[in-house]
Amino acid sequence: MQKYSVFSLIKNAFSNHKNWDVAWKDPSPKSEYDVIIIGGGGHGLATAYYLAKEHNITNVAIIEKGWIGGGNVGRNTTIIRSNYMHDENGLFSEFGMDLWRKMSQDLNYNVMFSPRGIINLAHSDAQMNAYSRRGNSMRLNGIDAVLLNREEIKKIIPMADFSENVRFPIFGGLMQPSAGTARHDAVAWGYARQADSMGVDIIQNCEVIGFDVSNGQIKGIRTSKGNIKAKKIGLCVAGSTNILAEKLNMTLPIETHLLQACVSEPIKPILDNVVTFGAGHFYCSQSDKGEMVMGGDLDGYNSYSQRGNLPTLQHVLTEGIAMFPFLSKLKMLRTWGGIMDMSMDGSPIIDKTHIKGLYLNCGWCYGGFKATPASGWTFAHTIAQDRVHKLNAGYSLNRFSTGHLIDEKGLGTKTWIS
Amino acid sequence: MLYIKCPYCGLRSQNEFAYGGDATIKRPNLNQEVSNTEWDNFVYLRKSPRGRHLEFWHHISGCRQWIKVDRDTATHEIFNTYKANEEV
Repeated sequence: MQKYSVFSLIKNAFSNHKNWDVAWKDPSPKSEYDVIIIGGGGHGLATAYYLAKEHNITNVAIIEKGWIGGGNVGRNTTIIRSNYMHDENGLFSEFGMDLWRKMSQDLNYNVMFSPRGIINLAHSDAQMNAYSRRGNSMRLNGIDAVLLNREEIKKIIPMADFSENVRFPIFGGLMQPSAGTARHDAVAWGYARQADSMGVDIIQNCEVIGFDVSNGQIKGIRTSKGNIKAKKIGLCVAGSTNILAEKLNMTLPIETHLLQACVSEPIKPILDNVVTFGAGHFYCSQSDKGEMVMGGDLDGYNSYSQRGNLPTLQHVLTEGIAMFPFLSKLKMLRTWGGIMDMSMDGSPIIDKTHIKGLYLNCGWCYGGFKATPASGWTFAHTIAQDRVHKLNAGYSLNRFSTGHLIDEKGLGTKTWIS
Repeated sequence: MLYIKCPYCGLRSQNEFAYGGDATIKRPNLNQEVSNTEWDNFVYLRKSPRGRHLEFWHHISGCRQWIKVDRDTATHEIFNTYKANEEV
């Protein structure tokens, strides 16, 4: 594989950039693999990469119905953070933060990781107390957290609404300075390129039609490009999890919902951090191109449509304008939607299933992108070793029946509870 | 914007409604032994199909009645609406 560097860039400039190697091949599926990963999004590509890198399993296929990176890894708001209170989420995400910091070097691909810090605004004394508790829990888990008062917040984001008579005055906030953003498409492409170079077959435009299961053991899949055998199959299909679960006669604690995001027209640099509104659900950052990247609540009802509805967008942006009044002056450049696998407690599932050789990775709700490396790493471990790693032990499928829910925010699919 | 035909008020905008989830889920009968599996199925497990989905909506900014809506989760087409106590 050609290494990307400033020297290869200069060298290829002399031939008008016509001689670059392809980043990944476009193979036809073989009849059998050691492992098949269904879903060529961030998590699927990362899983294949770590299977090859950490476990020397390279006879792997990624089966993708559309094109790689065309789902949620290309539709998110690129936020990376580990500001969780509970141990399961905090330790898992902080492990991921380490992988993020090394990712560009590790993949030889610039993912433009930008640790610009995330600020969760608080709008009451009670919320400041809750953030103080969360911040302390984070620090006990080795995650950086700083509690800021109103004046300190004002120094960082003076353009927020600090007037006296607003409905939700800013009391302060919790900041994780090491959180940030990354170039989401580059994450998918970087993982794809490395996985491909280690022998993984990335098979696009290939739909999974069914599964072959006998005696409680997975045998293979039926696809639009023929039958493929494998003793181990991992599902990494986010919002399409329930569609595949139905083909396996499984019912999961997952509902598929639509989440929208939008960007404004590009403007000069104004916002250095990621900022979230604490009296509702709205978050905002500024991209390198200058667009304000914004998102918030789900549309609120089961949906596979991959495009949003205006009432929710209006609701979300009302919160945005309450936080940053200048947003009302901007024109909207693009809005889009992605389908989320909303788990019932708002935390993900990375686990084995009752079918031997079938592994499940789903339930990422609003936070799939930041989890990409940690999810791929732990899922690869779970598949390769046939047992969960201690980092994803809490993300079990049966926690709902045993009562070991991870009550981080406790909303899950029922967003109206908040 | 969805337009939902409330069986009591007629065609109204989505803004007046709140979503209530899968309407095919049945609560286990009261005053009877409930197994963990039955309770698990009722509280947590959902089919969440791509296609037709029978679901509860609450006309919360209108007549405040709960209704059932037969809607396609991929196209958002609404085929029919029912009163909450109507069997579909």
